[in-house]
Amino acid sequence: MKSLDELKKIREQAKERMAVRGQEGQEYRVVVGMATCGIAAGARPVLNTFVQEVAKEHLPVTVMQTGCIGMCALEPIVEVFDKDNQKTTYVLIDEKKAKDIVLRHLMHGEVIDEYTVGHYSK
Amino acid sequence: MQEIAMTILDIIQNSLRAQAMQIQLWIKDSIKDNMIHIEICDNGCGMSLETLQQVTNPFFTTRTTRSIGLGIPLFKESVEATGGSFQIDSRLQKGTKIIGEYVKNHIDTPPMGNLVDTMITCIQFDAKVNYCFHYQNDDWAFDMNTEDVKALLDDVPINQPEIILWLKDYIKEGMHQ
Repeated sequence: MKSLDELKKIREQAKERMAVRGQEGQEYRVVVGMATCGIAAGARPVLNTFVQEVAKEHLPVTVMQTGCIGMCALEPIVEVFDKDNQKTTYVLIDEKKAKDIVLRHLMHGEVIDEYTVGHYSK
Repeated sequence: MQEIAMTILDIIQNSLRAQAMQIQLWIKDSIKDNMIHIEICDNGCGMSLETLQQVTNPFFTTRTTRSIGLGIPLFKESVEATGGSFQIDSRLQKGTKIIGEYVKNHIDTPPMGNLVDTMITCIQFDAKVNYCFHYQNDDWAFDMNTEDVKALLDDVPINQPEIILWLKDYIKEGMHQ
């Protein structure tokens, strides 16, 4: 059984990683829509996939939650902002697609065209 | 909503949007009493009596992106469809309390779902907010107060990805006694 004391060890690791992230600066900001529409469509596992992968790969990425983005039929929606605040909107995201976004976009800087809102409305 | 845990997350998102700093989630899941009691209490901005009277109406919302608001109506309908009871109470500048009680063995009662993910999703939202979680069934109980966790973290925010992952395992163990 885990005890809260174990947390002290994790705290030191988290501190080191925060320091590294602070030096390198945040590369991306990932925002997941978590209103009623998003949650009902499966946004919770999507958000948790991003949190998990960012922790596992030590990525300089902030994961955030927001309310209704306004296209409820296309939820779960994920917005990725780069350093210059350029936004990519991904729609109908699930856990697998979230992992693809981590690997291709957050780690290699490639926008995955076929998951974007622009591709969907074509 | 497929899970009670998703409904809970949705209702807590309302508390967060109401600038609550302290949120209590109290769950009793009992076969003996044939009920699932969900209670969410926050110290957010609260609602006026006028707003409170409209809040269970799906065509009422305070947001501007759309003209409907389904969170509370969905919870109310889901509880009442099982023959259970729903209550909401709110006071401006004090906070809001919502209680939903499902009849456990009713065919329309949704499964509890993934409470662990709901809890860590809540904690991830904002490091400044404090949560008091309580879950009990007929055999065991689990309690967690984020203030206890924060006391051990010093200046590391509780919603750092590494901390969230650890808490996920910690809660998971606590919830599988």
